[in-house]
Amino acid sequence: MNQTKMTIRDLNLWYGDFQALHGMDLEIPENEVTAFIGPSGCGKSTFIKTLNRMNDLVQGCRIEGNVQLDGENIYSHRYDVNNLRKRVGMVFQQPNPFPKSIYDNIAYGPRTHGIRDKQQLDQIVEESLKKAAIWDEVKDHLDRNALSISGGQQQRICIARALAIQPEVLLMDEPTSALDPISTAKIEELVTQLKEDYTIVMVTHNMQQASRVSDKTAFFLNGYIVEHGDTRKIFTNPEHEQTENYISGRFG
Amino acid sequence: MEQIKDTQPTRSTKRNQERFGKTISLIATLLIVLVVLSILFFVLSRGLRTFTQHDVSVLDFFAGTEWRPGETDDAGNALVGALPMIVGSFVVTLLSALLATPVSIGAAVFMTEVSPKAGKKILQPAIELLVGIPSVVYGFIGLTVVVPFVRQLVGGTGFGMLAGTLVLFVMILPTTTSMAVDALNAVPRHYREASFAMGGTRWQTIYRVVLRAAMPGLLTAIVFGMARAFGEALAVQMVIGNAPVLPDSFTTPASTLTSILTMNMGNTVFGTLENDVLWSLASILLVMSLVFNIVTRWIGKKGAIKG
Repeated sequence: MNQTKMTIRDLNLWYGDFQALHGMDLEIPENEVTAFIGPSGCGKSTFIKTLNRMNDLVQGCRIEGNVQLDGENIYSHRYDVNNLRKRVGMVFQQPNPFPKSIYDNIAYGPRTHGIRDKQQLDQIVEESLKKAAIWDEVKDHLDRNALSISGGQQQRICIARALAIQPEVLLMDEPTSALDPISTAKIEELVTQLKEDYTIVMVTHNMQQASRVSDKTAFFLNGYIVEHGDTRKIFTNPEHEQTENYISGRFG
Repeated sequence: MEQIKDTQPTRSTKRNQERFGKTISLIATLLIVLVVLSILFFVLSRGLRTFTQHDVSVLDFFAGTEWRPGETDDAGNALVGALPMIVGSFVVTLLSALLATPVSIGAAVFMTEVSPKAGKKILQPAIELLVGIPSVVYGFIGLTVVVPFVRQLVGGTGFGMLAGTLVLFVMILPTTTSMAVDALNAVPRHYREASFAMGGTRWQTIYRVVLRAAMPGLLTAIVFGMARAFGEALAVQMVIGNAPVLPDSFTTPASTLTSILTMNMGNTVFGTLENDVLWSLASILLVMSLVFNIVTRWIGKKGAIKG
């Protein structure tokens, strides 16, 4: 059993008057892949965004409760949100590289955090692209616009970009839903490698994907976490009927 | 295929409606093209008469500094040097755009990134109001406020390119600002999200992502502002002093192509050099507006490739 990296206690979230998350409790273990599954609109994406406070950007969003990273409450007033996002990186559903060169995309984060030295940047760019398993495909044209490569490659560029700031946790919000099966397989393989160094949280609509790559799974329904635990147990012997119905495809 | 064609009724109500709509829009399009072409033809054919009928050399017109239509120098050449007006027009245009650029981009950033709420409530209506003010009112305000202000500040009469620049600056501000707002709003949300998710601050995100991505749109906004400044006549004429001499400072009376046109167009006889040379000035304006148009298209194309 790995150490707990993030702890969520009694987390409630409202968009205006609408309560989107109800009393969430969850532990996210270090160096493991935690998958969130559940039907659309059940709060998975909302929940994953609370882990790096991306919900701060949404107007009318109000949060109660406690999210801890290494035992520190990230919603405390003294907590530096930019530093939080440096430690908890994020990959989005749609590949969203900047309209800049591949190099500048990867170097964006390090530059943002004050790294100016060209040699150091070169090294970070190379390492990050290697970690994201795309170095061999792009190493000869790092100056090409990142929007000119394929969607699957773009998504791995985005993963490399997130890794370049050396986060401890990597949040992935349906990272493969916009990709073809081959690119999806590449990213899944990548995720299993990355968990050696990172704690990974992943939202997915694809249940095979959750069962293939994750160690822990949490099943969401209507803003509640119905059940969470070892992926194998959730998929073979779930405690709740709703979970079983969902994973067997009877609804959702 | 043949069979399907045969079963189609040749004349149905729908087909007639279709044809009717097509004809109307075609006629409208042709009408506009015709109007544009005839304006172009008329202005240019008149403007070129200066050189073809009255034997003014092109060099004397573009580089000459003496503007006294109707008079000749000792050698008998007509004194129709347009350089003072050309310089005046370009200087006030460039300076007012130079002033308007930081202000309008700043205002646009405030309206889209910093405080969209206050932007929509306060700045948006203010800008729309600025658009609606007739240029004669701008000129009037320029005459009663800006000119005395410049006079007190620098001395002299107060009329000149500085006053013209200041008035034009305010006049093009709404154009450049609202276009800059559109350019910033067109930057996809996910660029901002990506930057924030990497721990970028708001300033870093605006400066390094949003403004860069919006660059083609922002340039277009500035060029549009310049086109507007270049073509503005009345307000400029009221504050620039209208002395067709090459200005030696920003606060001595000067003139622009448009101000000389509005001043003199009623006082010349059709077909004379005095009249035709005004058409030459108009031709320059027309060609320049064409250039501004081409530049914005070119920027749009370059921006599109960059994605």
